[in-house]
Amino acid sequence: MRDVAVVGVGITKFGEIWEKSLRDIYVEAALAAIDDAGVDHLDSMTVGCMTGGLFIGQEHLGSLLADYLGQKNLAASRVESACASGGLAFRNAFIEVASGMSDIVMAGGVEKMTDIGGDGATYALAAAADQEYEVFNGATFPGLYALMAVAHMEKYGTTRDMLSAVAVKNHHNGSMNPYAQYPFKVTKEGVESSVMVASPLRILDCSPITDGAAAVILTTVDIAKKLGKPIIKIIGSGHATDMIALHSRDDITTLKATTVAAEKAFKMANKTIKDVDFAEVHDCFTIAEIIVTESMGLFAPGKGGEAALKGETSLEGSFPINTSGGLKSKGHPVGATGAAQIVEVVKQLRGEAENGRQLKTNPKVGMAQNMGGSGGSTLVHILEVD
Amino acid sequence: MFPSRIWREAKHRYRLEAGKCKKCGKIVFPYRLICPECGHREFEKIILPDTGKLMTYSVIRVAPSQFTDEAPYAIGIAELSNGVKLLAQIADCDVDKIKVGMEIRIEFRRVQTDSHHGVLSYGYKFVPKWY
Repeated sequence: MRDVAVVGVGITKFGEIWEKSLRDIYVEAALAAIDDAGVDHLDSMTVGCMTGGLFIGQEHLGSLLADYLGQKNLAASRVESACASGGLAFRNAFIEVASGMSDIVMAGGVEKMTDIGGDGATYALAAAADQEYEVFNGATFPGLYALMAVAHMEKYGTTRDMLSAVAVKNHHNGSMNPYAQYPFKVTKEGVESSVMVASPLRILDCSPITDGAAAVILTTVDIAKKLGKPIIKIIGSGHATDMIALHSRDDITTLKATTVAAEKAFKMANKTIKDVDFAEVHDCFTIAEIIVTESMGLFAPGKGGEAALKGETSLEGSFPINTSGGLKSKGHPVGATGAAQIVEVVKQLRGEAENGRQLKTNPKVGMAQNMGGSGGSTLVHILEVD
Repeated sequence: MFPSRIWREAKHRYRLEAGKCKKCGKIVFPYRLICPECGHREFEKIILPDTGKLMTYSVIRVAPSQFTDEAPYAIGIAELSNGVKLLAQIADCDVDKIKVGMEIRIEFRRVQTDSHHGVLSYGYKFVPKWY
């Protein structure tokens, strides 16, 4: 396997972007990544998108996006793993460069979610759950994470305060991210008086419906050196799945796919969680961040909420989580999220995070955890400054 | 919704038919072709018990279009008396009185209607034992 580095990153403003189409926002992010890397061509491109079909009636994104990016006859494809599609695109690009099949590959992600109404978006997102045995019976995504939250509260005594701490922290971080959909702070009282979606989860426990795209350029370390960019090496990649339906799992207070994917990534990197300085994790709901931090081995089972409440995962904490604002504040264009996480990890490792959210600790190793559905698939990546 | 999609699930949704692995005893609901525990491919047909205990629940207030008229409604995961877990709506109860650990029974109910003239979808719901 060849050593692989990320040499370029690009992201669009996340939000309700009425004036731009899916192809427009993807090309905007892709051009930003190409300009950042300074590459003169691509050998291939892989794009994560959960469901262009249900959101805007558009499939065949490999062809469409290569076309609009001006890359005639490029080897381009779209991959899908629900909300982990962007992370999967990144892993596939990594494998392609590491294997020697291609030298310069773009991994991207895109989702255009606001061209349909709330009902339609709920329907499209529910396609990531078990359609016949969860969705049929009235489950929604907030509902599935609410089932995890109630089980976690029963088993470990996780509290409302702990969920609120995650939302308050991520909005604080996101208030410093110019690309965030909701770049403003929220208060504990604000979170706890926001409208109930699926008890105990309120609207400010949930990530929003978002348009957005992100793209990164991967190449060999040898080529990266010639480009003269800071070399951010991909040292670990892990991928795992779990039973798709929540009720089929032995324990819904943990996310087994996250544990397994993290173990695989740590093994490849020859590191442990103690060697990692910070992480972007998949906080589609506040409870998700708490369970993910436990499942990836950062905190003991049942201790993730307490750690969030004590500020251990804040910008100044011992292990900052979601310096970008996370899905909660930055926004969650589902297929783009995994790629957007890599953008933030690279910015932090280069020392380029905007508006005062740059970690002061001179971080060397960062991690990204991206999951699909209620945890039915997970990608974990570890990046290091060379 | 196309009727065949409902019809092919009827044995599970109407009669709670499940498969019990002939090698390791794992119960799969709905049927599968291969046991997720031991990889064996032969199953004996069994009927799930109709009582269990609620493990977790949520009251859904923002509902997808097919359930908008029913919100707020509760969903939950129950562990049946043989250890199998199911997700279903919790019917016939005051949603504020639902508790983890509550005893439930399974009843045959209408779950969805596909518009005014479309297919009626039946299945199972949980009902608290105290009703």
